This record gives sequence, structure tokens and C-alpha cells, in this order.
Amino acid sequence: MTDYFLYLTLASYFGATVLWLAFFLAQRDSLCRWGAWTMAAGLVWHTLVLLQRTWAYGYLPVAAFGGALLLFDWVLVAAFLLLNWRYPIRVLGALVAPLAALIIYGSLILPRGQGTISPLLRGFWLTAHIGLTMGGYAALTLNFLGGIFYLIQERQLKAKRFGFFFRRLPSLSQLDTLNYWCLSIGFLLLTGGIITGSLYAQHTLGRLWSWDPKEVLTMLAWLIYAVLLHERLTVGWRGRRAAWLAICGFLVLLVTFVGANLWMSGYHSFAKFGKP
Amino acid sequence: MNLLLVGLNQKTASLELREKLAGLIPDLPAAYRSLKDFPEIAEIIFYSTCNRVELLCLAEEPAAALERLRAFISGAPEVSPEALSASLYQHQGPEAVQHLFRVAASLDSMVLGEPQILGQIKEAYRQATEQQATGPVLNRLLHKAFSVAKRVRTETGIGDHAVSVSYIAVGLARKVFGELAGMTVLLLGAGEMAELALEHLRAQGVGRLIVANRTLERGLRLAERYQGEAISLEELEEQLCGADILISSTGSETYLLRRDQVRAAMRRRKQRPLFLIDIAVPRDLDPAINDLDNVYLYNIDDLQEVAEQGWQRRRQELARAERLVVEETVKFQDWLLTLEVYPTIIGLKEKAAAICQAELKKTLSQLGPISEDQRQSLEVLLASVSQKLLHDPIIFLKRNHHRKNPHLELDLARRLFNLDQDRQTEESEEEES
Repeated sequence: MTDYFLYLTLASYFGATVLWLAFFLAQRDSLCRWGAWTMAAGLVWHTLVLLQRTWAYGYLPVAAFGGALLLFDWVLVAAFLLLNWRYPIRVLGALVAPLAALIIYGSLILPRGQGTISPLLRGFWLTAHIGLTMGGYAALTLNFLGGIFYLIQERQLKAKRFGFFFRRLPSLSQLDTLNYWCLSIGFLLLTGGIITGSLYAQHTLGRLWSWDPKEVLTMLAWLIYAVLLHERLTVGWRGRRAAWLAICGFLVLLVTFVGANLWMSGYHSFAKFGKP
Repeated sequence: MNLLLVGLNQKTASLELREKLAGLIPDLPAAYRSLKDFPEIAEIIFYSTCNRVELLCLAEEPAAALERLRAFISGAPEVSPEALSASLYQHQGPEAVQHLFRVAASLDSMVLGEPQILGQIKEAYRQATEQQATGPVLNRLLHKAFSVAKRVRTETGIGDHAVSVSYIAVGLARKVFGELAGMTVLLLGAGEMAELALEHLRAQGVGRLIVANRTLERGLRLAERYQGEAISLEELEEQLCGADILISSTGSETYLLRRDQVRAAMRRRKQRPLFLIDIAVPRDLDPAINDLDNVYLYNIDDLQEVAEQGWQRRRQELARAERLVVEETVKFQDWLLTLEVYPTIIGLKEKAAAICQAELKKTLSQLGPISEDQRQSLEVLLASVSQKLLHDPIIFLKRNHHRKNPHLELDLARRLFNLDQDRQTEESEEEES
């Protein structure tokens, strides 16, 4: 039953990908509208998948890597739809939709069983920790995608060669504004995630910080974003430099989220491959 | 009936001649009245754009109408008939239709794909309809021309690529800033191109304007003209902090702004983007400025290169546009042909009705008294027989089998049913003599 919804989600996101890419090529408004609606439909199925699993396991299905990806994908799509509604930078869909579809596909391959989860790791604070962190990841992912677009567009304006992307990408100031907002919100959420995590650790393990690889890497990413935000507010680090730093920060986050779980071990690690 | 188009444009006539002809029609209503009075001309419209003057009419006899139109154009003051006849071109039938479509879609103009021409023809058409100079054929043709122009615009990219330097500059500024509303423009020196760019920027809603000039006095005059503030060149660096777009076109021999100056200004601006256009030759702005982050510098060569790319794109689209025009011309020609068929169809029906009536009368007089019902059944019988008999010939005529020589079929049909009584008698008279 769950898989049935999951396949529907996957189909919707792939459909949205096709529509958004067609929009990117043909620049017809109706395509992008349909793309957004198809994605919203996908989000509904996606929500059903998550609800169904949460109900079945009794907690958010994040114990295994596949499940965590599912949750992250849900937050990403929701954040994008929210952004698309309030501050439409429509070409972004051409990156978010395929990403969303690929993550769902990935979660189908990766282990997503119930995993073994210590009863210690349940409760409101943990849910808050996971929710905030995932929200932060999603906003910073959008920041990363916006940064890529910014660099492409900036490159064309500087080199004075106007190719395929020039007409299709929005103006630099729109992209920069997008990056700024995503950075601010993402940074706040990530900070919130770290704080709730630490408090919860203090409460359960008796220490705020335990040098878990995930903790260290997250702190590194957080520092990068903190520097970026600070410099932006004081001396106006914007545009190209901001886009590059956002990309660096995101890569660290990626290692944190993916690498730390697959290759390093700590209490943040997801259930190992092969285990039910 | 045939369509006839006479005119001259920038390719066939000198500017001098076109200028004289631009004043050809000082009094529009009078001109239309005198043209409509010619018996050869059924419907007429004339239009003049920046580079052309053309008359398009539906004429009974094209040869006679052509003479009339020539005489009309030669009537313009100070125009010699010799100069005129050398530069006039004429198109008839499908060629006239195609020519109009090409003009309306701006495929025949100096600036390929410029949008103004369509507006000018629309305006001319409005005036012609006000004077009731057009009829069913020209009305349909002109509306078709507008829709063809629209199709060419939307289905080919012929108007998409900017080709004027000032317009390109504004387009680039929009790619940097998004909305230009409320931006501050700094004008360094003034010139035709700078003014054009400023006009485009104003249309986008830019806010403050600052004018800097070597001599403050001239700067003040310029500022007054463009409703801006005047500053001296010494204040330039300082003012750079507040400006977003700078257009430079002074006659200075040295750079007015160097890289380090702009870099210092950028620091004070907290890196807000700065867009610089240098259209001066020799250049006013150090090209190294473009290396700075968040600063975008374009000189006249850069802009012209973009314009050249725009031209290339437009020329590439030309072939597609031409194909579209040919397609639509054929469609319009088909419609014209069906129009020609109608009098024959009506003639056929009238003839059948007349025969029915005559035969009915004869039969009724022989039958003696019959009831009203019986009489009606007789009428219905006659009507349905004639209708069924004519059905196939009418369908045949409407289909226009001979696109190349449609008159053959029409002629045959008319002779077959003897619809032209006069001609029949003429022919029989000829035979007798």
C-alpha cells in the first residue's frame, strides 16, 4: 500500500520534471503552471506515504537513510512550492523537480526498513530537532540551486556571451534576493536544529556535544553560512562570492547528510544496509 | 476584379522623392473621395510608413486602374513623372496579397521585424474605413494581414532579438537589476545614443537622473533638458556611490574612471551592483573595471556585437516567416476564388427558379381547376427536382479544382447553363455574319 503511494509520488515528480523542463525550453507560462500543480499533487501522495509510515512505525520514518531522504524530499518540495507561490523564480522548478524525483527514486533503492531505534531517541524534542534540520537543509538546498543559476547568469553577463541560458534565467538581482532569503531562513532553521539537538543530548545523554562526525561537519557548514551571512550584512558580500560560499556550504552539508551516514559511524548514523 | 498594388519604397526611390510623396495626401478625406470616384476602382486603401508609400485597390480593370493611380501619384507637387515611373513598382493578384503580408509583418522593411509598421498600417486602415473606401475584399485582406503579422511575431523569433544598441543596453540592465523602477542614472556627457538609451530607461521607470559634464554650464543645460541634477566631473567619484546605471559618452581623451576608483566606490556602496555603459570613442572607462565583482561594463563594441547577433538571428528566422506568408497568401487566394464563384451559383439558382415558375404557369393553365394543396405539391416537386439537379454542379464549382486557371471552370459552367445571355447572342450573331 505504501509503495503504491510512493510510486504515485514518483510518477508525479517525474511528470513535473518533464513539464518544468519543457517550460525551460519553450518558455510557455501554462507549462510552468501545470508543473507546479503536478508537483503539488505529488506532494499530496508524498504526505500520504509519510503519514502512513509514521502511523505504522509509531515515529517519523527517519531511522533508515531512505526514510530520511523521503522526509527531506518532502520538506524540499513543500519549501519550493511555498517559494514558487510567494516569490516565483520559475526556472528553479527545472532543477527542483528532477532533484525531487531522483531523491524518491533513490529512496526506493536505499534501505528504508524500520531499522532499530533506541527508545531514547523518541519524543517531541527529537521531532523538533529533525524537523528544523530538514527545513534548514531544504532552504539551503534551494540556496545552492539559486547559487548555480546565479553563477551561470553572472558568467554570461561578464563574458558578454549570451547563450542558451541568458534569456531563460531571471535577472541577477532576483537570483541574489532568492539566495539571501533562502540563506537567512535556512541558517535560522539549521541553528534551531543544532540547538534543539544539543539540548536534547544534554537531557538524554548528559552532554551537549559529543564529537559525533555529523555534529562536527554540521558545525563546519554552520560556520561557513555564519561567515557568509555576517559578511553579507556588514560589507555586502553578495553575488558571485555569496553564490560560491553557498555552494561550498551545501557541499559540506551533503557530506554531512550522506557521507556521515554511509562511511562514518556515530549515533546519528542511519540503520545499516541490509538490516531490516 | 483584381487586386492591384502600386507603390515605392526605400529600395526603389530616393529619400528625396519619398519625402515629396510623404506630403502626397494633405487632405485625406478629399484624396479618398477623388480615388473612390474613379469607376475602375471598387475598393482602395493607401498607407505610408517611414520608408514607403503604397496604394492598394480592388479594380475592375487593372490596366485602367493602374493609369489612374499613376496619375494620382504624379499629381503630388514637384514630382516629375519620369522620376516616378522609374521608381514605382506594381503587383497584381496574389503578388499584391503577398506583398502586403510581407510589409505588415515587417519582412520588407529596412529594420527587419520592427514593430512600428504594423501600427502604421492599422492606423491607415482605420482612416480608410472611416472614409468608407474599403469593402468586403480589402476588409478581409487587411484583417488577414494583421493576423499574419501577429503569427509571424509569435511563431518566429523575428522580433525577439534586439538590434538597436540603446535598447540592448536597457535589456542588459534589466538582466542585472530586474526591475529598473527607482534606479538612479548617471549621465556622463550627452549624445544621440545616450539620449536614446535614457529614453528607453525612462520608459522602464528609472528614478533620479544625474548629469555630469566637463563644463558645468553645459551640464546644467543638459540637466534642465532631461529634468535631472547637474554635477561637475570632480564630484563623479562621490556620486558613483549613489548611482546604479552610468552612461558615458564624453569626448575625453583619457579614462574618466579607473579600476581602483570604481573599486573604492563599490566598497562604499556595499557591493550593490553597478552597470556601466561606455559608448564613447575613445573610451571613457577603463576596461579593467569589468573585472570587479558586481560591476558590469559594456562598451560600444560589446553592444554592437550583441546587435549583430540579433541581426543574424532575425535573418535566420526570415525563411520561416516567408514560408508562413506564402501559406497565408494561398489561403487568401482560395477565399477570393470562392468569392468569384458566388455570382455564378446565384445565376444558376435564379435560372432554375425562373424555369420552374414558367413551366408551372404553363402546366397550371392546362390542368384546369385544382385545389391549393395540389398546387403546392406541384411547386414542391419542381423545387426539389431543380435543387437536386443543381446540387452537384454547385459543389463542383465551390471546390475550385483549377487553382492555376479557375476561370476555365467557371466559364464552362456559365456556358453550359447559358447564364450569359448577352454573350450567347453575340456569338450567334458572329456565326450568322
